[in-house]
Amino acid sequence: MRLNHLLATAAVALGMATSAFADDKTKVGFVYVGPVGDGGWTYEHDKGRLAVEAEFGDKVETVFVESVPEGADSERVMTQMALQGADLIFTTSFGYMDPTINVAKKFPNVKFEHATGYKTAENVSVYSARFYEGRAIQGHIAGNMTESNIIGYIGSFPIPEVIRGINSAFIHARKVNPDVEFKIVWAYTWFDPAKEADAAKVLIEQGADVILQHTDSTAPLAAAAAAGNVVGFGQASDMAEFKDGPRVSSIIDDWAPYYIARTRAVMDGTWETMSTWDGIGAGMVGIGEITDKVPADVKAEALALKAALADGSYHAFTGPINKQDGSVWLADGETADDGTLAGMSFYVEGIEGDIPQ
Amino acid sequence: MDLSAINPALLLASLLVAATPILLAGIGELVVERAGVLNLGVEGMMITGAICGFMATIVTGSPALGFLFAATGGAALSFLFALLTQYALANQVASGLALTLFGLGLSSLLGQDYVGLKPPSTPQLDIPLLSDIPFLGTVLFSHDAIVYLGIALVAAVWATLKYTRVGLVLRAVGENHDAAHALGYKVVRIRVLAIMFGGACAGLGGAYISLVRVPQWTEGMTAGAGWIALALVVFASWKPWRVLLGAWLFGGINVLQLNLQAAGVAIPVEYLTMSPYIITILVLVIMSADKSRAPASLGRIFHASS
Repeated sequence: MRLNHLLATAAVALGMATSAFADDKTKVGFVYVGPVGDGGWTYEHDKGRLAVEAEFGDKVETVFVESVPEGADSERVMTQMALQGADLIFTTSFGYMDPTINVAKKFPNVKFEHATGYKTAENVSVYSARFYEGRAIQGHIAGNMTESNIIGYIGSFPIPEVIRGINSAFIHARKVNPDVEFKIVWAYTWFDPAKEADAAKVLIEQGADVILQHTDSTAPLAAAAAAGNVVGFGQASDMAEFKDGPRVSSIIDDWAPYYIARTRAVMDGTWETMSTWDGIGAGMVGIGEITDKVPADVKAEALALKAALADGSYHAFTGPINKQDGSVWLADGETADDGTLAGMSFYVEGIEGDIPQ
Repeated sequence: MDLSAINPALLLASLLVAATPILLAGIGELVVERAGVLNLGVEGMMITGAICGFMATIVTGSPALGFLFAATGGAALSFLFALLTQYALANQVASGLALTLFGLGLSSLLGQDYVGLKPPSTPQLDIPLLSDIPFLGTVLFSHDAIVYLGIALVAAVWATLKYTRVGLVLRAVGENHDAAHALGYKVVRIRVLAIMFGGACAGLGGAYISLVRVPQWTEGMTAGAGWIALALVVFASWKPWRVLLGAWLFGGINVLQLNLQAAGVAIPVEYLTMSPYIITILVLVIMSADKSRAPASLGRIFHASS
């Protein structure tokens, strides 16, 4: 009984946190999976929201709810936003996929934009960034930087986006360092600094001297800094505050241009269902400054790789690539198609362990 | 699979570290509940302690002052709860939940200028000689002072509750506040002090996350540790040593499952991930099969006139 009471009260309290709207403006809602101060994923989405405000000034009103759990709770938050008159709602985590579709059915006049998912509808667009392009550069640097040849990887959930990142990083690390080995830990959370720090510590204790993360907080970098002599990367945001420590580069998500474009489309009435998947070339994925810790030649190679990914002359998944079981996935020179990438659920050859089902 | 990659000494050492935040918060809440008050605001007090400790450490450069300030911050926040529930006679469940929400909001407000800073590290008390013992040295004698403080607090709370007059009075207040009042004990005053003790402990636990375990400030960084501490108290049947056992189990299996994952053990990750919760609950449920029960006045509002 106590738990029920607790949940009900929490629900009421959360509901009140969303503020009321005025009527003549375009209202844009954002649903965040972590706090805006996470320094990573949600922080960058919120920068996109602020950019929308800066672009349209008085003509737009934004509202956001942070730390919304994936699942049923998020459905309630979205419904609340729609009821309060939002015209456009961005739901910014993979786990909001089905809730977004469900709520969108109930509010045909509200436009929804779901990040990193694959289900669209009349009024639901999806958008994502080709983070795996950034992971390729990360893998290249990581493979060069590791001395123990063990690279630790903190995964969040075993979804295609994360698996793509692991594969891309691994392929490019192996390319420069055939002895490299990945140790992968699934944290089953996007944001839990204590758990992320624990995971990083465990990987370091087991010999990893490069830590890659696909979770949202800066805790793994802090753990790497505490351990000393460990290299890490900024995830989703630049995390430049660790520049003097473990951070040698970063993958930066830049949502602002997309959010502005889509908000304008709603204002103009030109909004249509779209599947957007942009990478380094379109500027949705940025690569943070590569620090001097990285040898100059490695840095030059990484930048060349970035340029090739940006102009499309190189695809991060270019054959020959075998699947983990040894079967051929991509023949020599063949590149992966977006459909396979979007649903990727296998490791490439050389990665040990199984993907949790 | 490569189990040799796991170093048992380091594993046990990180067990003690991982258990400390929930241990501190749990033992504090135990005292509060033994006094008959249910404070669901542990999460809020922890996160407030986390930011207070972090701020004080950054400003003064001294982790010791940071922990002191964290305890003060946690106690101050809990005093708010004490005012609401003991003097204004508000509902304890609602007040506790409000305290959690308030603490989360307050901490992110306070912490805005502290994102991304690195606190001075908390010194390890490498006890001379003892920390050089091959295995035990790493496991037991190379931690920071707060780890030992946590264990000492459990012992102190246990001894106080069991053997001292103060402990007897506290328990009397928790079991039957009307009778305690009739005997002339200051029910409200005792409860307020217990609540503030709980707040101070939760604050320490929170600061341990932001100063030692992570160490940095991020909004919402306690991420539910307060709720786990609350659950520990119930499953530990309000007995101090069982809180310690539960915290070790939970922290230990959490660290172990990460280690097993990294070593590539062929147990599905889902089972590993849920194991800390399941095993902790199982063991504590089995242990609580004896006759112990919640303090009889737990959660009931006391007013001298009623």
